Amino acid sequence: MDAIDNKWIGSRTIRPDGADKVTGRAGYSADNAMPGMIWARILRSPHPHANIRSINTAKAAALPGVKAVITAADLVEFPLDKPVMLGIQDMRWMSRNILAREKVLFHGHPVAAVAAISEEIADAACRLIEVEYEVLPHAIEIEDAIAPGAPILHDFIRHEGASSNIASTMVNKLGDIEAGFAAADIIIERSFTTRPVHQGYLEPQACTVSCTADGKVTIWSSSQGQFMVRAMTSLLTGIPQSSIRAIPAEIGGGFGAKTIVYLEPIAVVLSRKTGRPVKMVMNRDEVFRATGPTSGSMSTVKIGAKKDGTIVAAQGTFYIQAGCLPGGPVRGPVGCSFAPYEIANVLSVGYDVVSNRSKVAAYRAPGAPLGAYAAESVIDELAEALKIDPLELRLKNTARKGTKAAYGATFGDVTFKETIEAIKHHPHYSAPLDHAPAEGVRRGRGVASGFWYNAGGESSAQLNITEDGNVTVTTGHPDVGGSRASIANVAAELLGIDHSRVSVLIGDTASIGFSNLTGGSRVTFASAIVVTQSAEKVITQLRERAAKIWKIDPEAVAWANGEAFPAGANAGQFPPLSLKELAAKANEMGGPIGAGTQLTTTGADPGFATHVVDVEVDIELGIVRVLRYTAAQDVGRALHPSYVEGQIQGGVVQGIGWALSEEYLYDKQGRLDNASFLDYRMPVCSDVPMIEPVVLELPNPKHPQGVRGAGEAPLVPPLAAISNAIYDALGKRFYSLPMSPPKVLAVLEG
Amino acid sequence: MTDIRFLTPHTLDEAIGAFAAAQGSARILAGGTDLLVQMRNGVVRPGAIIDIKGIAELTGITEAADGGFFVGAAVSGAALAEHRHFGKAWPGVLEAINLIGSTQVQGRASAGGNLCNGSPAGDSVPAMVAAGAIVIIQGPNGRRQLPVEAFPAGPGRTNLTPGEIVVGFTLPPRPAGSGDAYLRMIPRTEMDIAVVGVGVSLTLANGVVTAARVGLGAVAPTVLLVADAGAALIGSTLDAASVEAAAAACRAACKPIDDKRGTIVYRTKVAGVLLRRTVAIAAERAGGK
Repeated sequence: MDAIDNKWIGSRTIRPDGADKVTGRAGYSADNAMPGMIWARILRSPHPHANIRSINTAKAAALPGVKAVITAADLVEFPLDKPVMLGIQDMRWMSRNILAREKVLFHGHPVAAVAAISEEIADAACRLIEVEYEVLPHAIEIEDAIAPGAPILHDFIRHEGASSNIASTMVNKLGDIEAGFAAADIIIERSFTTRPVHQGYLEPQACTVSCTADGKVTIWSSSQGQFMVRAMTSLLTGIPQSSIRAIPAEIGGGFGAKTIVYLEPIAVVLSRKTGRPVKMVMNRDEVFRATGPTSGSMSTVKIGAKKDGTIVAAQGTFYIQAGCLPGGPVRGPVGCSFAPYEIANVLSVGYDVVSNRSKVAAYRAPGAPLGAYAAESVIDELAEALKIDPLELRLKNTARKGTKAAYGATFGDVTFKETIEAIKHHPHYSAPLDHAPAEGVRRGRGVASGFWYNAGGESSAQLNITEDGNVTVTTGHPDVGGSRASIANVAAELLGIDHSRVSVLIGDTASIGFSNLTGGSRVTFASAIVVTQSAEKVITQLRERAAKIWKIDPEAVAWANGEAFPAGANAGQFPPLSLKELAAKANEMGGPIGAGTQLTTTGADPGFATHVVDVEVDIELGIVRVLRYTAAQDVGRALHPSYVEGQIQGGVVQGIGWALSEEYLYDKQGRLDNASFLDYRMPVCSDVPMIEPVVLELPNPKHPQGVRGAGEAPLVPPLAAISNAIYDALGKRFYSLPMSPPKVLAVLEG
Repeated sequence: MTDIRFLTPHTLDEAIGAFAAAQGSARILAGGTDLLVQMRNGVVRPGAIIDIKGIAELTGITEAADGGFFVGAAVSGAALAEHRHFGKAWPGVLEAINLIGSTQVQGRASAGGNLCNGSPAGDSVPAMVAAGAIVIIQGPNGRRQLPVEAFPAGPGRTNLTPGEIVVGFTLPPRPAGSGDAYLRMIPRTEMDIAVVGVGVSLTLANGVVTAARVGLGAVAPTVLLVADAGAALIGSTLDAASVEAAAAACRAACKPIDDKRGTIVYRTKVAGVLLRRTVAIAAERAGGK
């Protein structure tokens, strides 16, 4: 499909959720209410690590207004020795994360839940629950968790034959790493640390659930997958999926974190016990303390190259925080760090490390930014040592068609080179930069690249022609990044009708076929495929209807511009039949018009990005500000360019926060010390410049519109790009994040 | 459920009577931008709330014939910014008050509340200290005055005695050649809390400093008047050595803590840097260099 011929694909149509969001009408999770509804609150652990000896709920249950009190004993028990997987999530851990069973594993770990006629009474009842703890020593940081003699969180974890907090090891290997380094003229090896950062969605987790007398459950909540909510709730409560209907609310940000549940199974059990609808809303403290974040890390990256810049060996060792239960995003750094490059010898090893923190949740390109931070920083040092322009060094080593990546893939078309060239030829890269514009001020420029897998997977869509000749499209994915607007563009394009005649809705679990999570940069890719196939089926139906009316062969009917018309002179002379006319005759000509598609989509191609950034450092205060940022990315096809640009800009802003100011801070007692937006310092609008996206559209040949996926790759390069820019400004390398003012000043003075 | 009585007195006497009658269970509400947050976080659970915004004296700004100002305790930052003369006389005090919270918060937040909150990081306080502002206090035993720097007693604590309410601030007349400024260090560009805050007020005559006061915030349990810094500036032409002496006095006055918002080393160093920068702005406003 040639972009030039498109009327709607690639156009900036008005977003379907815009008016509701701007006027406050959008129905988020916490906006729902039901007659007879009661409220639930959670009792959380005051210790970072303790055995639970006993829980006495009698006093809480006796408080007037309290309707039910539950503990982990009220959930399905998953024995420790038998994995029960749902996608990448193990229900042994999911169950123990939402309600502690044998022990509490972090400060804020849920221990019990109370449903009462008000939130205040539920809170008061939580304070009446008597828990007897055996307090244990705790470990928060990776180095403390892997040190000899560290407090062991889980007796069942064994590493190299002994009790350990290293829950698993992942190895990606290519060639002969020793031989590779032996052949290198130059080897650079550096170690890096990063801190956990939160996804920072504005909408807290919340849900309303209703379990009726016949055992049917309805759940209203926002998530990145209503089918995930249904499946996890089913597994954790023992209620069959057919008895659970999960209705997706409008979502106020997820960034990966809303791919697991925290509240829904608890609310369902409380509703089942009380016979009343139950509502739960987390406060911000709970969101920071007990949901997400993504991992902190300790990494060592070693890269060897020839004098001419050819990289011959790359080795990465990545310790990744899982939080208190196994399952950190080890695959991100292990697989993505070196994937943009053709390197014959690679050894990439990742360790999943548990410690007394909240269990991590996915965050845009899970784990990949941590690995790219280390790898792209070392590549910057390599370029400097070899006196090669950092973009030229990347160009020299870029992966190409047929390159084998250490994670196992053999690449088809690779569009990494194009992103590097886009930055190389962008005016930003050659713009003059005054490195010392004023006393006490230094400026610098840095570049970095990044890779993300992207994904296909299960998706469903239904496209119906309404009786008045307009169009509704229903898909099964919550819209976090513009999928409704993109799908509306695709449907209008294929049917040849005005965009305003298409409404795109997100179905609940009872009204549309199974659809996997909104995650992995997959939804626009996958839902465009199932919507395209549904639209093609509907067009076939429309041609058949016209053929029937004209009494000619369906093959002799063509469809364009929203009308059926005779395909050629031989087909006969008939005035065209519009969608409205065919819809009006639907009943007499064969019934309602519509079609659905349910499919496991394939053909996702990786996403590549290259960024350039200018920073300014106040060398007396250590404050780093981003002056200019340009981000090039190949997205395949931008179905709705505004949303694609927004994805790139949003990813970069999150990267700026990760690099400069965001971090989880714990006190000596193992308690999170900055569980608020005041002290967890995400950038605000005035902290970031207008970020310029350079959207490359090199169509994915395996997708009907050429889509690759856009949402995650933009968060991969910023950490290293900013670190490299600060080096250019100050002549000092930083090896740990965030590069916050006290740390910058300490490095400048040290 | 706890019931909260909400009172809206129209006179100061009425407010003081109600406040005293509540015997410590009442809280004063001006803009509420601290109180409501503390209530939501469960930090305070008042039995009564006394809204003082209905009392004319507490919401008024008066300019005396000699150029001095009275600013009511409940005057919002936005209202003060709209006053025709205040910002010209006290640009540093105004910019400090206008740093409290966001634009929306500015419509409610007051300097009186900022002071009563007792935070060593309150933005308006170092500027008020530098300005030589006096707090007017009224309670069951009548009216009294305190210099702003004598008002805080520690983090979250003040020297108000039971039943006392802050009525407002008086700021002295401005001699010709005066200027003030406030700067704070925050990691972000807005919506943040001071890691260090410095207020400076200067009067210059023929390029020589004749009066100088320095207020320093977020580096000790209370906002400090750094008398040594003022003394280092008085009599000088704001030459580098004098300004450095004042910066050194600020560093010496710091008794900060290591916490999530900054380290001892960092805060101490930054106090000196901000002193220099704040002096430069105040001097420019004073019409000096």
